[in-house]
Amino acid sequence: MIKKLPDRRGYFGQYGGRFVPETLMPALKELEEAYLKSKRDKGFQRELNHLQKTYIGRPTPLYFASRFTEYLGGAKVYLKREDLAHTGAHKINNALGQSLLARRMAKKRVIAETGAGQHGVATATGAALVGLECEIYMGTEDMQRQALNVFRMRLLGAKVTEVPVGSRTLKDAINEALRDWTTNVRTTHYVLGTVFGPHPFPVMVRDFQSVIGKETRRQILNAEGGLPDYLIACVGGGSNAIGLFYEFLDEDIKMIGVEAGGKGIETGEHAARFAGGSIGVFQGCKSYLLQDDDGNVLGTHSVSAGLDYASIGPEHPYLRDSGRIEYTYATDDEALAAFELLSKTEGITPALETAHAIAEVIKLAPKLSEDKIIIVNLSGRGDKDVQHVARIKGIEL
Amino acid sequence: MTRIEKTFKKLKKENRKAFIPYIMAGDPNLERTKDIVLMFEECEADIVELGVPFTDPLADGPTIQRASERALKEGVTLRKVIAFVRELRRSTEIPVVLMTYYNPVFKYGEENLVKDAKDAGVDGVIVPDLPPDEAENFIKLSRKADLDTIFLLAPTSTEDRIKKVVKASKGFIYYVSITGITGAKLLLDGSIEALISEIKKYTDKPIAIGFGVSTPEEASQVAGVADGVIVGSAIVRAVQEGRETLKDFVSKLRKAI
Repeated sequence: MIKKLPDRRGYFGQYGGRFVPETLMPALKELEEAYLKSKRDKGFQRELNHLQKTYIGRPTPLYFASRFTEYLGGAKVYLKREDLAHTGAHKINNALGQSLLARRMAKKRVIAETGAGQHGVATATGAALVGLECEIYMGTEDMQRQALNVFRMRLLGAKVTEVPVGSRTLKDAINEALRDWTTNVRTTHYVLGTVFGPHPFPVMVRDFQSVIGKETRRQILNAEGGLPDYLIACVGGGSNAIGLFYEFLDEDIKMIGVEAGGKGIETGEHAARFAGGSIGVFQGCKSYLLQDDDGNVLGTHSVSAGLDYASIGPEHPYLRDSGRIEYTYATDDEALAAFELLSKTEGITPALETAHAIAEVIKLAPKLSEDKIIIVNLSGRGDKDVQHVARIKGIEL
Repeated sequence: MTRIEKTFKKLKKENRKAFIPYIMAGDPNLERTKDIVLMFEECEADIVELGVPFTDPLADGPTIQRASERALKEGVTLRKVIAFVRELRRSTEIPVVLMTYYNPVFKYGEENLVKDAKDAGVDGVIVPDLPPDEAENFIKLSRKADLDTIFLLAPTSTEDRIKKVVKASKGFIYYVSITGITGAKLLLDGSIEALISEIKKYTDKPIAIGFGVSTPEEASQVAGVADGVIVGSAIVRAVQEGRETLKDFVSKLRKAI
C-alpha cells in the first residue's frame, strides 16, 4: 500500500515543502487553514458538488473509443472526457474550487499563471462566476501560440498581462504571479493551476482534481464490471494525472505519466524532467527540475504550452521513486500525429498536451491483448491548438 | 563574535546606523564589481550585500531581474562569486553578505557552500526563498562555521513568524519594508516604525530595513527607526549610469543614514 501524503510540512517523502519569501508565509498558512476547514464544511462541499454538476457538467463521460481501439488492434481504450467539462479542460475543477475558497477568505481579487491558456480561461471563468476581479499572467511566446485563449480570457472580463522576460513561457508567468501575490497578498488569492508550488497547493489541487478518478471508478465498473489495467495521462505540472491516478493508487493497475519529449531528449529541447532533470528547489517546492550544474533553471521546449515547464509537481517524483507510477515521454512529432489520429478515428480533437498521452496509447495498446483495458485522461480539447497546428503544417488559415 | 556583529556593536556605541549597499555580482562584470565594492568602502559603507545571479529571481523587481540577466550572460555563478570574495579579501575587510536564491545553494550542497563561503571570507548569507522552517540544517551548519544567517521579516509577519525568524537570524534581521518585491515604491506612513518596535519586543539583534529605499531622504527617514539601511535597486540603476553618478549617489546615501 502506498502511503498517503503529504505530511504536516507538505512533504511527499523528500519532495514538496514551502520555499517562498517570508511575505507569503502567513498567506500560505491562512490558505491551508481555510482549505482544511472547507474540506470539513458541509455547506462548502454541497455548493462545490452542486456547481460541479450544474455548472461544469460533471460527471464527464467515460467513453469507449471503439474505432480508435479497432485501428490500434489491441487493448480496449476508454477516454475520460474532461474535454467536455465547461471551458474545455480539467482545469476548471481546480479553478472553481479555489475561486469558492477565495470568496470564503474574503479576497477581492484572484490571479493566475497560464501556459496553454486553459487554466487562465478556467480561472477567469471561476472569477466571473463568483464575482472576483481577475488578472492572468502569460508569457509572450504562449500568448502568440494560444491567441484564441487570450481572447477568451479577456471576453470573460479578466486582465491578461504579458510576461516578456526570461523564456517567456509558463515558468516566467509563475514568477510574475508570485511577485504580484507578494505585493497584493492581503487582498488577493493566487489560484495556482497545478499540483505544484508551496504547500498546501499540491495537496489542495489534488483534492479538487481527484473527482476525475472517483467518477472513473464508478463508470468503468458500470461499463466493464471491473477495473482497468492501465491508466495514462500527460504530465506538465501533473494535476490531470494525479486527478485520475490518486483514486487508484492502492489498486493493481499500471499507471503511466507522459512528459513532453519536445524535439527529443538528446537535443536538449524538451520538458522531460525525469529523463533530463535532477532534484532541485523551484517556485516554492522541492521536486525534479531541469537545471544546469550551477542550479540555474534551463529553458524548455514543447509544442504544447501546457507541458512546457522545467519542473513537476512534488508528488510525482515521490510516486516514481516508490515505483508506483512509470514515466515516459512523447516527442512533438508523436503528439502531433496523435492529435490527428484521434481526430480522424473518433471525431475528438485532443489538446496538444493531451495528445502526448494519446501518443503513449498508440505505442502501448497494440502490444496488449484485447481483454486489457486502458483508460486515458482526455484532459482537454484541441480547439485552442488548431491555429497553432495549422501554422506548424505551413497552412494559412 | 562575527565581523557583522562587531560592526553593529561599534555602530551602536557611536550612535550611528549601518549603511548596507547592494550590488549584483558580475553586473556588468566582476572587475567592475570589485571597483564598486572598494568604492563602497571608501564611501564608508558598513556592510556590502552581494547579489548572486539566478535565472528566476522571484523576490526581485525589474531592475534587479535585468542585472541578474546581465550577470548570467557574463557567466557568473555562485561558485564564481565565492571565488570573487576570496580574491576581494586581499584588498578589503569590509563585511560581505551574499544574497542568493536557494536552488543554487541546494545544487552546490549546503555543507560545501557553508564551508567554501566561510573559507573565502563571506560573513553572512541571505536566501530570500528559504524561510527558517526549511532551513534547519542550513542554520546548524552555518552556526558551526560561524557564518551569519540573515532571515527576512515583512509587514505581513505575525507574532508567530516574528519569533521564529528572530531566533533563526544571526548578524542582523532583514526587515522588508513593503509587501512587495525589490525596487517597489516605499510608503512612509509610520507603519514601519510600529512593526520595528513590535519586532524589538522579541529581540535585541540589529534590524536593517530594505526593499524600496531609493533616495537619500528615504534612507534618512528609515535610518531613524532601524539599525541599518539596505539600498539595492537604486544603486543597481546608478551602476548603469556610470562611475561618477554612482559614487556621488553612494556618498549622499552615506551622509543621509
